[in-house]
Amino acid sequence: MNIHEYQAKQVLARFGVPVPKGQFATTPDEAAAAFTALGKPKAVAKAQIHAGGRGKAGGVKLLTIASDVRDFAAKLLGKPLVTHQTGPEGRVVRRVYVEEASDVARELYLGMLVDRKAGTVSVIASTAGGMDIEEVAAKTPEKIFTEPINPLLGVAGFQARKIAFALGLKDKQVGQFAALLTSLYRAFIETDASLIEINPLVVTTEGRVICLDAKMSFDDNGLFRHPDIRELRDANEEDPAETEAAKYDLSYVHLDGNIGCMVNGAGLAMATMDIVKLYGAEPANFLDVGGGASTEKVAAAFRILLADKRVKGVLINIFGGIMRCDVLAQGVVEAAKQVKLNVPLVVRMEGTNVIEGKKILADSGIKVVNASDMADAARRIVKEIGA
Amino acid sequence: MSILVDKNTRVLTQGITGATGQLHTRACKEYGTQMVGGVVPGKGGTDFEGIPIFDTVEQARKSTGCNATVIYVPPAFAADAILEAAAAGIELVICITEGVPILDMVKVKAYLAGTRTRLIGPNCPGIITPGECKIGIMPGYIHKPGDIGVVSRSGTLTYEAVYQLTQLGIGQSTCIGIGGDPIVGTTHIDSLKLFNEDPKTRAVIMIGEIGGTAEEEAAEYIKQYFKKPVVAFIAGQTAPKGRRMGHAGAIISGGRGTAADKIAALKAAGITVAMSPADLGSTMKSVLEARK
Repeated sequence: MNIHEYQAKQVLARFGVPVPKGQFATTPDEAAAAFTALGKPKAVAKAQIHAGGRGKAGGVKLLTIASDVRDFAAKLLGKPLVTHQTGPEGRVVRRVYVEEASDVARELYLGMLVDRKAGTVSVIASTAGGMDIEEVAAKTPEKIFTEPINPLLGVAGFQARKIAFALGLKDKQVGQFAALLTSLYRAFIETDASLIEINPLVVTTEGRVICLDAKMSFDDNGLFRHPDIRELRDANEEDPAETEAAKYDLSYVHLDGNIGCMVNGAGLAMATMDIVKLYGAEPANFLDVGGGASTEKVAAAFRILLADKRVKGVLINIFGGIMRCDVLAQGVVEAAKQVKLNVPLVVRMEGTNVIEGKKILADSGIKVVNASDMADAARRIVKEIGA
Repeated sequence: MSILVDKNTRVLTQGITGATGQLHTRACKEYGTQMVGGVVPGKGGTDFEGIPIFDTVEQARKSTGCNATVIYVPPAFAADAILEAAAAGIELVICITEGVPILDMVKVKAYLAGTRTRLIGPNCPGIITPGECKIGIMPGYIHKPGDIGVVSRSGTLTYEAVYQLTQLGIGQSTCIGIGGDPIVGTTHIDSLKLFNEDPKTRAVIMIGEIGGTAEEEAAEYIKQYFKKPVVAFIAGQTAPKGRRMGHAGAIISGGRGTAADKIAALKAAGITVAMSPADLGSTMKSVLEARK
C-alpha cells in the first residue's frame, strides 16, 4: 500500500524524523489559510498524488502570498496531473500540501527498503539527490551507497557515521543524520514499511538535515497490525476493480487486453498471461484466486472479470492443489447465475478433485469449452474470440 | 536417493487442527509420509486421527523423534512457529503459510543463520520425493518417481511442470517449491547445490519469475559449478513494469528483474529456456534425448 507525501511526513514526524511544517488542503481557500497559518514569508504548495515527477509536471510551486497559493491550488485541485509516472491519463489532484520552504544548500538521496539479496532492510544513499535514483544507479553506480542493517541489532552508530561521511556531511550534520537515520529505521520497522524514500534529503543553508520529500509504501501482509496505517489508504488512487478484488482477498491487476484470466497461483497466473500472448492475444488482467478459495471468492472473481467491458472471452486455468476443482466449478456456476455470461468461456482444470469439478460444470448448462492442457486452452480462447 | 526428504523422514504438523492442517496432514499420510505428530498449543495430549498432538515443538521432538515439520498456522503466528521449530532443533522446516509479513521473515532469516535448521518457504507448496515422502499441499498423484529435480518459486506452476513430465513418462527425484516471497529460507541456488550432489538427480527444471535477481544469480552458479543439464522457464514475460503480480516477489522495478533480463542471463549460462509454459516437459525430454 502506498500513501501520500503529506501522510508519510506525518508518520515520520511521529517517530521524530525531521520534516518541514505543513498542512494539507482540499480547497483553494483552505490552501490560502494553510499558508497564512504557517506564518512564513514563503511556502511550497505541492500536488498530492501517488506518483513521482510532480515538480517537472508543474505540480509544485514556491509561493510568497496567500492569494497566489489560492490560485495555484485552484489550478491543481480536481484536475488530473500528468507526470512521467502516471501514464497519459494522469491522476486527479484531490489535496494540496502547503509547507514551509527551506533554503537548500545540498540535495541528497536516502532510501530504505527490504533487500531481497541481503535478506535485510538496507539503506541506500546517494549524493545525487533530487534525481531519478534508478537512472543514477544505472548511469553512475559509484554514486550509490548501500548498507544492510542487521535486523537483530538495528542501525549501529558506525553504520550511520559511515553513510553520513559517504554523503559528505560534516560537523554537527553527522550527528543529526545519525539521529535521523535511526528514527527512520524505527519508523520502517514499527509500521511494517516496505519502502521509504527521501528524495531529496536536504542540508539547509543553516546546516540542518531534513526530509524535503517523503514516500512510504507498506507491506500489505503487515497491515493487520497497523490499523492506523491502513486508515491512510486512498481508494481514489487505486483501480476500482483492484479495490473490489482486494475485499475478497483476490490478487487482481488490471491490464489492457481482452482475454479475462482466472488462475490459481501467481506464477501460473503470469504463465497463463504469457501463453495467451504467445498465441497472439492480450490478457485483460492478472487474477490469482489464491490457495484455499471458497465458492464465494471464485464467484466474486468471475464477476470482477466480466465487469470489464473489454473482456471478449474468459480463460480459467486451475491446477488444484490446496484449491479444489469442485469448489472452483461451483463458484463459476454461482457467478454465472448472478451475471449473464455472454462471452466464450474456456476452462482448463487439473489436480485435486478434477473429476468432480468437470462434472459440476458439465451438469450446469453453462456453455464451457473444455481444454486438455495450457496450450490447448490458450489456442481455444484465441480461436473463440476470433483474434 | 533424493534431496532433503525420503521414506525415513519423520514429519510433524504445526497447526494440525486447522482446516488446512487437517486436510493436508491426512493427504500426506495417505501418500505414505510418516506423519508422526502435531503441535497445537493447549491441545497437547489429544490426537488427530491417531496422530498425537503436543503443546510445544520441543515436546513433540522428544516424543516422536521428528526431523521435519510443516507449518500451516495463520500468517501472524508463522514466524513464531518457525522460530519454535528451529529452537527445538528440527532440521527441516517447511512453512506453507501465505501472507507472512516480510519483516518477520527478515528476523527469522537472521536467527536461522546461526542454527542447523533449513527453512523452505514461506508461501510455498512444500517438498516431495515422489513415492517416498510428500510434505505440503501439492497433489500427490501427478508425481512419478524418477530422476529429474524440480525447483520453483511458484506452487501451481510447479504442478504444471511435474504434470507435463509425468505425462511424458519422466519421473522426478525431488520437487521443491521454494516460495514466492521476497525473503525465503531456501533459494534456487541452495536447491541447485543439493541437486548437484544428489547422484539420483540427472537433470533439473528450474522455474523462476520476474522480480529480484535470484534467477540471474542461479544462472551464474550453474555456469560455474552445476554438472547437470538445466531447463528453465521464467513466468511474467508479459507483466507490466512496476506492478506487483500476486507474489510479493513478482514485481519488476526499474528495468531490473525483467523476464528478458533473466532469460538472457540463463541462456548465456548455457541453460535451455522453454519460452512457453506448455513446453516444460517436452523441452526437458528433448534435452535428455540429445544427451543420450
